Amino acid sequence: MGLNAEEVKYIIYGIADAIESNKEYLTELDSAIGDADHGINMSKGFHAVSIKLKSYIDEDIGALLKMVGMTLISTVGGASGPLYGTAFMKAGAYASGKMEINLYDFTEMVSAGLEGIKMRGKAVLGDKTMIDAIEPALNTLSEQCKLNLPAGDVLETAKEAAKYGVECTKAMEARKGRASYLGQRSIGHQDPGAASSYIIFESIYKAYLKLETKKLKSRRDYL
Amino acid sequence: MTGVVIVSHVRRISEGIKELINQMGIINIPIKAAGGTADGRIGTDTNDIKSAITEIFSDDGVMVFYDIGSALMSTEIAVECLPEYMRKKIYIMHAPIFEGSFIAAVNLSINKSVEETVIELNNMKTDKSKW
Repeated sequence: MGLNAEEVKYIIYGIADAIESNKEYLTELDSAIGDADHGINMSKGFHAVSIKLKSYIDEDIGALLKMVGMTLISTVGGASGPLYGTAFMKAGAYASGKMEINLYDFTEMVSAGLEGIKMRGKAVLGDKTMIDAIEPALNTLSEQCKLNLPAGDVLETAKEAAKYGVECTKAMEARKGRASYLGQRSIGHQDPGAASSYIIFESIYKAYLKLETKKLKSRRDYL
Repeated sequence: MTGVVIVSHVRRISEGIKELINQMGIINIPIKAAGGTADGRIGTDTNDIKSAITEIFSDDGVMVFYDIGSALMSTEIAVECLPEYMRKKIYIMHAPIFEGSFIAAVNLSINKSVEETVIELNNMKTDKSKW
């Protein structure tokens, strides 16, 4: 896989774009069982991240991810700020000092991030939260990251696992977040946090594929 | 003097609680209202909470009351960003935001210690585990 800070930046721009184009969708999901602000909050956060990225120059991937985490914490406003913010901070702590990351590193970063989310939100699998999308994706990554498979294929399987996780949240009764006050009334709706986590995994996969294509192309040009 | 920070998703809620406490004639306690996002939306802002705590911090500590959801997580992060000597004097309280901050301010204003007040308010802890 082998991504440098510039390429990680490209992927983060990809996440920000995906959040922006799914803003209405996330808000719609959140208005069914929450406070209807997930789309706008996530878009505020990642918009602030995009602005900072424009003038950001540092080759340390850990520092880059910590910057993303801090920005989300201070701009989102809802629970997704401290949660995704902590996840990026923890991923950044793992990647601290690294100028390049591979699929194994990415897996470790997701693992550190998920641990951070659990620590901060005190939720577990099955509570109808973002964990229900992230944990299946992480399990897939952990199983496949050492098998020498093409990174694109592994990222694709991981985002599909996250998608399946989001589907599963429909049948769950919320035990955390605003939706938990609704109890059984939350059943039948998918969790907006799980949905945004899937969007993040999907956009990482898509941005990675674009990077691969670019690399192949530039290699061809060179030859 | 121990201070009280009130963290709500809506700035007017925390300011309203402060107003109601002041109406009791309690003006000798440093009270700071925090809440809302930096751009005026409903939500909580770690930086805002951190500066509220810092502004009224003394060696007697600061008690922090919060409403729901992200308010606790944002408060926890704000406290984690403070230097060690301050951190151990911040009391994040799980009592209902209004009753808790009101009782805390009254107690502190009649010279009850912060330790005593924390114990009293821990008895009225509500389940805020559903962030």
